[in-house]
Amino acid sequence: MFDPVKIKAQHVDFFYGNQQALKDISMDIDVGRVTAIIGPSGCGKSTFIRLLNRMNDLVAHTVLRGHIYLEGQDIFSPAVDPVEIRRRVGMVFQKPNPFPKSIFENIAYGLEVNGYRDRDVIEERVVMSLKKAALWEEVKERLRDSALKLSGGQQQRLCIARCLAVAPEVLLFDEPCASLDPISTAKIEELILELKKDYTIAIVTHNMQQAARVSDRTAFFLLGELVEMGETQHIFTAPKDKRTEAYITGRFG
Amino acid sequence: MKERIYKTIFAILAFSSLVFLVGIVIILFKEGLPIFKKVGFFSFLFGRAWYPTHSPPEFGILPLILASAWVTVGAVLVCVPLGVGSALCLHELVSERQRAVLKPVIEILASIPSVVYGFFGMMIVTPFLQKVFHLPTGLCAFNASLVLGVMAVPTVCSLSEDALSFVPKSFREASYAVGADRWQTLTRVVLPAAGSGISTAIILGMSRAIGETMTVLMVAGGAAVIPHSFLEPVRPMTAAIAAEMGEAPMASDHYHALFAIALVLFFITFSFNIMAEFVSRRFRIKLGLSG
Ligand SMILES: Nc1ncnc2c1ncn2[C@@H]1O[C@H](COP(=O)(O)OP(=O)(O)OP(=O)(O)O)[C@@H](O)[C@H]1O
Ligand SMILES: [Mg+2]
Repeated sequence: MFDPVKIKAQHVDFFYGNQQALKDISMDIDVGRVTAIIGPSGCGKSTFIRLLNRMNDLVAHTVLRGHIYLEGQDIFSPAVDPVEIRRRVGMVFQKPNPFPKSIFENIAYGLEVNGYRDRDVIEERVVMSLKKAALWEEVKERLRDSALKLSGGQQQRLCIARCLAVAPEVLLFDEPCASLDPISTAKIEELILELKKDYTIAIVTHNMQQAARVSDRTAFFLLGELVEMGETQHIFTAPKDKRTEAYITGRFG
Repeated sequence: MKERIYKTIFAILAFSSLVFLVGIVIILFKEGLPIFKKVGFFSFLFGRAWYPTHSPPEFGILPLILASAWVTVGAVLVCVPLGVGSALCLHELVSERQRAVLKPVIEILASIPSVVYGFFGMMIVTPFLQKVFHLPTGLCAFNASLVLGVMAVPTVCSLSEDALSFVPKSFREASYAVGADRWQTLTRVVLPAAGSGISTAIILGMSRAIGETMTVLMVAGGAAVIPHSFLEPVRPMTAAIAAEMGEAPMASDHYHALFAIALVLFFITFSFNIMAEFVSRRFRIKLGLSG
């Protein structure tokens, strides 16, 4: 039976120390679609998306209640290896964070830590993921150059390529365009629409137009709560909740 | 007006330390160079015999240079695994609260006077070595290496831990996000990124070991002969200067020779520090911090 739900969050509470960052979040991320998460600064968008690949494991003194399922499997159950989850659920961060290594090595790294040994296979996959990330034409002459010499937008696409190389099923984007110029932003958006064909995507964004352009479904967070979630079209044209309406029309936030 | 007074005061302070540095260098040259007229630069540096009080005297400092080199290399072999290892432990295994206690404790070790370390070497390490290796004396290069190595651990550990914590969190996150485990992240991302910072720590540790005087005076044994094994007594450059300066008559050849040794020592530690500065600058550029 085909299950349209890729990731399911059920009654998720999350605390940094005593401070509650998420309150009773329940939502689904559908397979093969783009889910946007919007909301004012500090409402818990990053916190939520970083739970989906267990990135918050790295933060000390946190408490999680509730469940998050990836294809029906509770990713926080003790039997689950977080490393395995992160292979399946890739992540691109707000600030481009290439390693201080060459362009090639940046991508090969993910392959190597996942057990790829054959240089030919690695090379092939590096090229393939650079092409998928729409960066190949710009860097094919200088794969051995330091990744830090690339522009911000190129670095971000390199980070996307690095993520794609290990063949995840889900891509998480946490404000991927926040530090980029409009042209780089347009390129990344185009790329997300392209990637949607092969991956399940969740994207956090501050930019309402961006959510409207790239996403199929939108979730609106406010002060750690999920206020409303639905088809992007509905959220932006006929929101049910007053607070959602106020936010998308720019009256607060 | 006030602003200008402050500026002047700080300028004078900054300038005065420069004056001291230049003054020291000038004196080293002035008092050290005359010996080269007598002995010649190369026979001074590479002469195999140091008999400054014989007649005729011999002023070859190769035994002293080699002694310093051996002791320093030995100290590095001790302080790098211990220092870098404890930095890794502090950084990876220990909780934030424990680190806040442990790091200052390790740094306090650096403030123990070197004579105390020397005492420790004489009273504990010396009889131990003598018994284990059946030596005529436990005061030897190995002893000095051990004690100097332990002395340099706080420096190496503290600076290495700084280097590790300067590695941006985003590098770690990027590594975990592609499915690397903790070990892979540490060895393939964090350590290489912190590598030149850790090298700086090691170079500064070495610089401390080679310039250390009191400890080697107490435990290295003092024999000014070319060393053949770590278990022989040796006389590093600093020990020679400290031990002999009191008995060398003012402005004698011996006196000038000791200054020349100090000059050589100065150039060695100076180049270590330049190296450390160079490497750490590369480190900051690599991590995208300010250059
Ligand atoms: N590592 C952390 N330690 C403690 N508190 C944190 C941490 N990260 C986030 N918080 C707190 O949790 C709340 C939610 O933060 P989060 O980063 O998820 O918000 P956000 O919606 O992503 O905001 P922004 O749009 O500014 O990125 C905030 O109040 C923040 O201060
Ligand atoms: Mg955020």
